[in-house]
Order: sequence, then C-alpha cells, then structure tokens
Amino acid sequence: MGFAGDSIASALLANGVRIVGRSFKYHRPRGVWGAWTEEPNAIVDVTRNGRTTPNLRATTEPLENDIAVRSVNAAPTAASDRAAFIDRLAPLLPAGFYYKTFLWPRWERFEGSIRAMAGLGRVDPNNRPPADNPQINARCDLLVIGGGAAGLAAAGAAARAGRIVFLIDDRAEIGGQLIHRGGAIQGGDWRDWAQSAASALEAAGGRIMTRTTAYGVYDGDLVCAWERRMAEPDALWRIRPQKIVIAAGAIERPLIVPDNDRPGVMSADAALVYLKRFGVLVGKRVVVATNNDSAYSVVEALAEAGAEVEMVDTRVSGPSCQLKVTRGAAIEGVVGAKGVEAVRFGGQTRECDALLLSGGWSPTVHLYAQARGRLRYDETLAALVPKGGVANLTVVGAANGAFTLAEALREGHEAGGGEGAAPNAPVGQYRVEGRWPKADDEGRRWIDFQNDVTLKDVALAAREGYVSVEHLKRYTTLGMATDQGKTANVNAIAAMAALTGRTIDETGTTTYRPPFVPVPMSIIGGRGRGALVNPLRRLPLEAEHRADGAAMREYGGWLRPAWYGPDDPARAIQREAAQARDAVALFDGSSLGKIEIIGPDAAKLADFHSYNRLSTLKVGRIRYGFVLQESGVVLDDGVTLRLAQDRFLVSCSSGHTDAVRTRLELWRQDRFDASRIAIHDTTAHWATLMVTGPRSRDLIEACGLDVALDDQSLPHMAFATAMFDGGPLRIARVSFTGDRSYELSVPARQAGALRSRLAEKLSALGGGLLGLEALMILRAEKGFIVVGKDTDGTTMPHDLGIAGPRDSRTDEYIGKRSLFMPVAADPRRKQLVGLSVAAGEAPLPTGAHVTSGAGRARQSQGYVTSSYFSPSLGRPIALGWVEAGLSRMGETVSIYHLGAERRATIVNPVALDPEGKRLHA
Amino acid sequence: MQIFPCPFCGPRDETEFHYVGEPKARPEPAGAVSDAEWASYLWFNANEKGLGREIWLHLTCMEMFAMTRDTATNAVIGSEALAGPAP
Repeated sequence: MGFAGDSIASALLANGVRIVGRSFKYHRPRGVWGAWTEEPNAIVDVTRNGRTTPNLRATTEPLENDIAVRSVNAAPTAASDRAAFIDRLAPLLPAGFYYKTFLWPRWERFEGSIRAMAGLGRVDPNNRPPADNPQINARCDLLVIGGGAAGLAAAGAAARAGRIVFLIDDRAEIGGQLIHRGGAIQGGDWRDWAQSAASALEAAGGRIMTRTTAYGVYDGDLVCAWERRMAEPDALWRIRPQKIVIAAGAIERPLIVPDNDRPGVMSADAALVYLKRFGVLVGKRVVVATNNDSAYSVVEALAEAGAEVEMVDTRVSGPSCQLKVTRGAAIEGVVGAKGVEAVRFGGQTRECDALLLSGGWSPTVHLYAQARGRLRYDETLAALVPKGGVANLTVVGAANGAFTLAEALREGHEAGGGEGAAPNAPVGQYRVEGRWPKADDEGRRWIDFQNDVTLKDVALAAREGYVSVEHLKRYTTLGMATDQGKTANVNAIAAMAALTGRTIDETGTTTYRPPFVPVPMSIIGGRGRGALVNPLRRLPLEAEHRADGAAMREYGGWLRPAWYGPDDPARAIQREAAQARDAVALFDGSSLGKIEIIGPDAAKLADFHSYNRLSTLKVGRIRYGFVLQESGVVLDDGVTLRLAQDRFLVSCSSGHTDAVRTRLELWRQDRFDASRIAIHDTTAHWATLMVTGPRSRDLIEACGLDVALDDQSLPHMAFATAMFDGGPLRIARVSFTGDRSYELSVPARQAGALRSRLAEKLSALGGGLLGLEALMILRAEKGFIVVGKDTDGTTMPHDLGIAGPRDSRTDEYIGKRSLFMPVAADPRRKQLVGLSVAAGEAPLPTGAHVTSGAGRARQSQGYVTSSYFSPSLGRPIALGWVEAGLSRMGETVSIYHLGAERRATIVNPVALDPEGKRLHA
Repeated sequence: MQIFPCPFCGPRDETEFHYVGEPKARPEPAGAVSDAEWASYLWFNANEKGLGREIWLHLTCMEMFAMTRDTATNAVIGSEALAGPAP
C-alpha cells in the first residue's frame, strides 16, 4: 500500500515493516537506516515485468505497481530467516575468519556453503537488458554537481554571467536538503529562489538534469553521469566542462553505540526526510541521540507530527529545546532483538520504538577525491573536509564543510563567479563535538552495517598489525560493500586512529574510486554489445558466400568462409581440398592487406621496410618475402607487386595490415623525405578472387577476359592488367596452394560481377568453392607458413631456411643488426620442419611438444604448429619447430601431448611436389 | 580520459593516439654497431620519472609528433611537429 512518489523503503516504513533484510555475515535482522544512496541495510532484489534486478537500495527505488521485492541474503523472508542462528556463532566469525579457519582439509570443501550463506542478491538469467542505452558527449562552461542550496547558487550566478551551465542532481527534483529542512532565501520561500536560478540557467543555454548521478571524475576532467529516464532507456553522459563545482552535500554518520544495528535504529535526518517528503512517521515513541545541532529540528518536527520524542545529547551544552533533553549522556544499549523496544542511557531504560542517531555529517567528497583532491580533518566540524587546490574544481556547501544555509549560499555564489552579494538567508549555527569510537568501548558496536563489521573487528585488525587504513579495509571488509562505507568510513578511520594513538589526519583515508554508486553495466556498455563489442571486418562478397551456404567464421578480425555446404565440416573440408588439387577451385582473398607505397622515393622505403630487396623487382613482377621487427623477428610475410617504377603494392596477411601500415608511416616520416613518398591502404578498395588448380587457366579462359594467359605472357610471379566491365582488373600469377594459381583483383563494387562470371564456369570443369579451412591444408602440404601460427615471437627468417638477404644485403633494413646478434646464431635455435607419422595414424595434435628424455627429465625441443589430414597424400601431414631441425632430417622423435607419447619423423616441410611442378601444370 | 594535443588536429581524446617510444637515434650502419649498443637501442629506455619528450602517432591523421609530458603527474606540457629526418 503506497502512493506515487513513495520509495520502496518509505512504503515499507509506512506499512510498519521493520525488518527489511538480514546482515551479510551474521544474518542479524536489519531495518531501514537512511533515505537515499547511503543506505546500508535495505538491499533488495526487485522484479518488474518478469525480470529481476538484484541489489537495489529500497531507499532509491521508486514504488511501482506490480513489482515484487525480495530481501537479499534472507530465506525464506527477512523476518524469519533460517540462517539467523549464525549470529550466535559470532565469536567464531570475527573479521577475516576465513583466513584462519575452514582450511583443513581443503577450503574448497566449505567454500560453497559459506558463499551460499553470505552474498547478496540473485542474478536473473532472463534479465537481459537490450543494448539501447545511448552515450552522449557534451561540453559546457560550468558543471555543477548537486542541486541543493550551494549548487543552485553557483549555477544561478554563473548563468547570469552568461555561462553555459549544466546542473545535475541525483534526485527527481532539485533542492537537496531544502526539500525536507526548508529555508527562507532572499526573504521568501526557497522554491521561488530555486525556480529563478533554474530559469536563468536555461535562458543562458544550460541544462538541468535530474535523476542523474555524476559517478566519476576521470583524467582530463571528464565527468561521467548516469541519467535515469522514465520513458526511454537510461543514458550515459560524458561531460567535458571547463570548470566543475561540486555541491554534493554531506551524509549523516551514526553514533557508534552498542547494538546500534537493530531494526528501528535510523539516521535522524532520514527520519525527517520520511516525515517531510513521504508523510511517514518512523516511530511513535522516539529517542534521538546526537552530538550536534542538526538533530534538534528532527526532534521538533517529529513532536509536531504527534510522536513522543526526547533528545539525548552527548554534549553538556546545546540548543535549547521545548522537549525533554538529557545532556552529557550516551546511549549504553539498545534492547530488542527483532526491533527497538527500549534504549538505555544515563542509567535509565526508556521504552521506545525508534532510536534516531546523528553522529555528525561527513562531506560527500568522493568526486573531489577522485580528482586527486586531498582532505584534512577539521576538529571544529568533526569532519574530513577538502583542502582544495584542484585545478578547475571547487567544492562548496556541505560537501566543503559549510553546514549552514547562509554559508552554503555564499560559497556557491562565489564559486559561480557571482557579482555582488550572495543570496541571503538567516544566519544559522552548526556545532558538533566529535564522538568517536574509543579503544575501551564495550559491547557489540556496528561501524559498517552492510558488511557486518564492528568496532571489535577494527580492534582485531589493529592488534594483528593491519593498521594502515588500506589494510583495515581489506582485512575486515569495512567499506567494501555496495554502499562503499558511506556511513562507516569516517567512524572507522577515527576508531583506528584512537586504537593506534594517531590523529585522524595521520590515519588518512583509503583511495576513492569511481563509481560513486553502483552503475548498471548496460550504461557503461551502451550499445557496444553482441556483434558491436568487437566488430568484425566483412567481405564485399559476404552475401554471395552465405547464399552459397558458407559457414562464416572469424579469422584475424575478418568474417570469412570456413567451408561451404551443410555437410559434416570435416568431410566438406577434405572434399574442397581434394577438388582444388584435382580440378579447380574459387577462393575469396579480399581480406588480404593491399598497401601501396607511391612516389619517387617509394623504392627506398620499400627496401628499408622489407627483408627482401624490392628495388630490384621489375615492373609487372611479384616477389615473396618477409618484413621483420627491429628485433629480427618475422612480423609478416607476403608478396609485393611492382605496379610502376614509383609504385609498389605490399600485400600483407589479413590480420597484420594495420601493423604494417603504421610501421610504413612511421619510417616514411622519420627516415625519408615524406614529400616524396605516400602510403595508401587500398585493402578495402579491391576484392580479390583466387582461382587455383590444374584447370585454373581453363576457367579463366572460359570467362572471356581480355588478357593473354599463356605462360610466356603471364609467367609465375608476374601480373597483367586488363579491363573488366568497364573497370580495372589485375590478374596476378601467385600461388598459396602450390598449384597453378591466379589472383584476380577488381574494385570492390565489381566483386559480385567477377565472382558470378568465374563461379558459373566452375562445375563444368569439375571445380567448386574453396573455404579457408581447406586452403590451410593445401598450403601446409607445400610447407607454406602462416605467420603467427607457424612462427612465434622468436622466429627469424633463417629459422625458416631463408638466409639469402641476410647474407647478401649490404644496405640497411629493419631488423638487420638483430640477425647478427649472438642469440640469432645459437645452434639450438628451432627450425621449421615437417613431421610425419605412419599411415593410418591420427594427425599429430597442434601444440604437441617434440621432446627428448622421459619422466622428470623430459625436455621440449619444439612443437607442432600445423597439422592436418591430407586428402591428396592420403595421410596426415604436420609442420613444426625442432631444435636444429634442418640437420636432423629423417630422425625419429618423441611427440608428447597431454600425457600421451607418440613417434614422428622429421621430414622436408614440403610434403607434396617438392620440385614445384604443379605450379605450371 | 586524457586529452592530447595533436600539432595538426588540435586536442583529441587519448584513444586516438599510439605511443611510439622515446626519441632514439638508430645506430647504423649495422657493421659498425656493437651487440651492446644494438641491444640498448632495442630494449633499454631511459624511462625518466617526470618531464620527458615522447614520440606519439595520431592515428586519425597518421602524423608522428613529439609530446612533452610529465610521467608522474600526467600533465601535458605541449606537442610539436617533427621536422623529418636529420639531413
């Protein structure tokens, strides 16, 4: 039973529900403590429209029709939790008990049950929010975080000076504390003044965003804010302000008195919020305990609403009050296991149904501290306040320790660059006497309600040497719950200071990190979900491949056809490979990198960049080679075409294109006259189709292309140009399969036309489509490497048997010096070889080690990098690395994998047609 | 997220940039470079705490430039276009 505008917590309180949850460790009954994001106890799973979101604060979630609310960490209900008995075991379960107990025989035996008994909400696997949360980038002159008195004063002042101001507040309406405490500003109702500030802001082109939480300040003064929208998906705002004003207010602390965690023990200010904003009286007989002036208005308001109220002030002198005040007294105990029944103070026991605590106010400095702001302890305010000195960022109002309305208005007005007098309000007073936990305080006193950490636990940590606040936090878990210690941290620091004879300043705070409140991952992820997390590159011919039944898979960041047809993949792949060797096959090689180096000095860069000299390549010809890292390690392999005297086309592996292009650019600018060389990445501009097999020339001839295909006109490792459908066609004779092979390149938009022309001739010649998996077998049969699969981070060209350029080149090239370092000459370097097994055996597992010795003396001498069943040879083939492999041809070695041992023979990596006759067949 | 100043494009988000390395002269010709000198060029960096000059690449415009930056405070002092290779 509730009203529009209720939170779940206010509705529960209004309906007399006292126990809303169970504590994390001891399963003690807990009631609502606060009224907003600082809430430590009322953590619930909320089900809306059949979907459950865990670990929400009942104090911030609006009440809606048809929702189900479940207390986390309680079964069957919070009121009658089965695990309540754990509290009686409390002496065995102090902070960090799991470091010392439940260890024998194995922690894992107990872990499951312990986790089941602790832990908060339950994840609902059906709750899959759509990826529709926008991320909005924005700029403004001034960002004001917090729409209370100080924030409104700053925003109004800046807007009247013509600045564009964004004002954000996490509540549904601006006003902050003014909403429940009221205040006369400029001689009138605060609402009128607030409205005029808001109007000035909007008139100046600014923005007010309510229900928006600024949750983090990042490098470069980037502020991230989560905007909750009612009718549309929530948004993430990434705001770059020129200046920031933090007016985030302050959070009321509890007094650390014995049994201060019982249901019915609440923040005094929260009780005022429930009364003024929600019309809920949290108790009929209320005791308020305080050490500061702010709780007196709570007492008066509750009395006016009809409750029996009295005040217990730890101080001997304080504000005068109509109602009963006991001064110089502290709460000694709270009676009532399932809810407050009475409190003890000054030797008396007073029956009551609510105990309201006000231990002082902690400025909400989190965002300021994220921006590397430092804090200092102010004795008069009994608070940690900002020291200031962060560029472009000012903290004002309660967040800065200005706890009265007049001060807050003045600070805000000044921070907003306001001219003349600040908005005026009656001068107020706020006095407090710090009442910190002491070493000799008796009884169970809770500091962190959510993680169930008591003063005794802090003392335990101190005794065991965990005296740094960072250690205290991790050892006891104080401040690590979903509320991040908003009501606990300052009391904890003070307690540790007292226990170790230090000041609060000396003890310090832990590091503040975003987010300020839990933020849904859907906000942070935005629309980058599913296929958009890591978008793959797509081929121009993807639709055609799919129409032909291609199984598309990811290779090096590209989506490419792995095989075609509905058949069992292994069978389909074998069939495609066999067909390519027997007749002809069509393969899409469009993803291969195509980077042009253009200009009068293009050859100079090409030579420096490549292991193989390219300046000697004739126009119209193609050369295969490597590019190396400066460390001499093979970065990529591929062919280069000389298109003209001043133009080279470097073809790199699909997955290395970006790395190669970046490298070319860096050296072009650093080493050469950049005005004489241009780098142009044409990878996406061209589509490339490979026609391979003994009948490949027949297929192309049947297509009627206007190009001479005899071996005299187009020898192996040469290319020719022609026209196709009014556009350019380049036909290169290169082979990755070891068979006669052609690569036809056309502008990407003509890919479909070329493919149709080629594909329609395939079946007449007994040919078919070739996927990447089958191509991998064909190239492996010829000992052709795939960089990154058959090479690793140590492979140098001579390990692959290619030492010519190293031995003959006198000019500089990338990686040259490294090829002559001691490690490059190590006789134990691994070399690429073939590995063969007996016919009828299964292929070797990729990654299996070539080993010597046995048992504990077994050592790896290399490993298998590529392994397939070859349909052409009718037996398995494999490539791999073996120490000094090239001088061990014919040797039988051990292959070790997952505990099993096999035998293999070191052979020539070229398993098929070592003379290369098939190239010209 | 930091903002870095590309000398050509102006201030941009740090994600548009690629760190190239410390300014180093490449020891050449290979025949005149000792193992120690080459290894130092490859693997050893001064890695100074505080102000330093760094080579960066702005991926958006693909221009290489030098940025003076404080590695302790992350403050960016300035950036400048590079003149090209020494004659």
